Amino acid sequence: MKYSYFPGCSLKGLGRAYEESLLPVMKHLGVELRELQDWNCCGATAYMSVDEEEACVLAARNLARAENHECLDLLTPCSACYLVLNKTQRNFREFPSVRASVERALATAKLPYQNRVKVRHPLDVLFHDVGIEAIRQKVVRPLRGLKVAPYYGCQLVRPYSTFDEAWNPVTMDRILEALGVEVLPYPLKTKCCGGSLTGTVPQVGLRLSYILLKEAVRRGADVIATICPLCQFNLDAYHSQIEKMWGPARIATVYFTQLMGLAFGLDPRTLGLRRNFVPMKPLPEAAAPSRAEKPNPATAGQTL
Amino acid sequence: MKSIKRTIKYDADRVQGFGREIMGVTGCEQLPSCIQCGTCSGACPLSIYMDFSPRQVMALVRADFKREVLSSNTIWLCASCYGCTVECPRQIRITDIMYALKQRAIREGVYPKGMPIPVLAREFTRMVLSKGRITETLLVMRLFLKANWRAVLSSWRLGLGLIQTGRFVLKPERIERREELAAMLATVSVTRHAARAAKGRHHATPEQLIAEEVP
Repeated sequence: MKYSYFPGCSLKGLGRAYEESLLPVMKHLGVELRELQDWNCCGATAYMSVDEEEACVLAARNLARAENHECLDLLTPCSACYLVLNKTQRNFREFPSVRASVERALATAKLPYQNRVKVRHPLDVLFHDVGIEAIRQKVVRPLRGLKVAPYYGCQLVRPYSTFDEAWNPVTMDRILEALGVEVLPYPLKTKCCGGSLTGTVPQVGLRLSYILLKEAVRRGADVIATICPLCQFNLDAYHSQIEKMWGPARIATVYFTQLMGLAFGLDPRTLGLRRNFVPMKPLPEAAAPSRAEKPNPATAGQTL
Repeated sequence: MKSIKRTIKYDADRVQGFGREIMGVTGCEQLPSCIQCGTCSGACPLSIYMDFSPRQVMALVRADFKREVLSSNTIWLCASCYGCTVECPRQIRITDIMYALKQRAIREGVYPKGMPIPVLAREFTRMVLSKGRITETLLVMRLFLKANWRAVLSSWRLGLGLIQTGRFVLKPERIERREELAAMLATVSVTRHAARAAKGRHHATPEQLIAEEVP
């Protein structure tokens, strides 16, 4: 299995633990990723607020580069990138004026483009292409007893619910279950984390993050699993401010790929876990390892 | 004495043609079919902080209340979660309308005083234009310097945490073909300016005249 790979700016910056865990996990599953050469920022929500046409041109440059790359499936782990690339494709399809301006811009760079790229999220690829069974077979250290609140955020599932539901997505739940995790019912799984408001208007933005954290704690979660670099940052980095304003709601937030890496028995030090403000607690069985209970890779999945 | 305010709007407060202009923006075509049901406001996680709810903004835009809408905090508090867009029974892309209003407010410089969100959007755009990519930590520092330098002092703990966890990036990310990207983006603004200039010269219809009315 081969995919073009568009990391986006966050995965090289604040969200680098996402890339650090995504790459080895994908490799372990036999998925080959080829990073797009000289990709640029997707524009995110900010560029869209200034100029939508230019934002589409920004995104289209990446799409066109992917189309001229060897693989048309473009793996896009960041939710903001995922949304913007999808939106650009929709605008290109639906609005002749956008299509014309994008084509004009791409022509200056001699980049032909026919809107043939498929923008894919890791959850989509893992669930539909790799398959739950293949993931289950790679689990050597089932994360039994670990209670996880699955948090998807907004922009992956709305408004383009391309592979999962807009309000109640389940692909990550299924993947986590295959790791042996106890996935808790978490009705806030697609409620907004506050986005960039956590930095710009903290009293408003952080409140939204606080609600998500508090609910996960109330439901007895050990950890929140997420799929978006901005969500991870918001739920992880502001605990001291949140605590000061509304009281403690301390819980670690990690990328679902980090949990996959742990279950696959990959070296925890290579999964970016040390990058958390609020570190994940040691895994339940790790406290009392027992030789008898050591899972056999061949049968690990069957008991789940 | 508490200041005395008029609580209803007069016809003279409207800017004729504004609603039609917004409906002409890509993705905003469905606005006329709004039935004012308020599903958008109910779905919005931020409506409790807004001066006008999303439903009210839809009505105000349609009725040409330009000043009220563009200076509201509503459009800036929209975090683009797309809950309203997914739920709208009339398939109105409300989030896209919010974007159209943000773009207009930035273009005309009429956002609320001290609102750091449009400043972030502008700084973000600038960084993309010059580097092709965003280095988040550098962007946030620039935002603080422009919008609120005191925030730098109060968020030392955050900065320290980022350094300790190896997430504080000082080396700016940049692409190789920056000229290529700049040339591509330039085609958009060039054609747009040409279109505006052409419209301005001919003054074809009163409608176009109104559409071009930019203070």
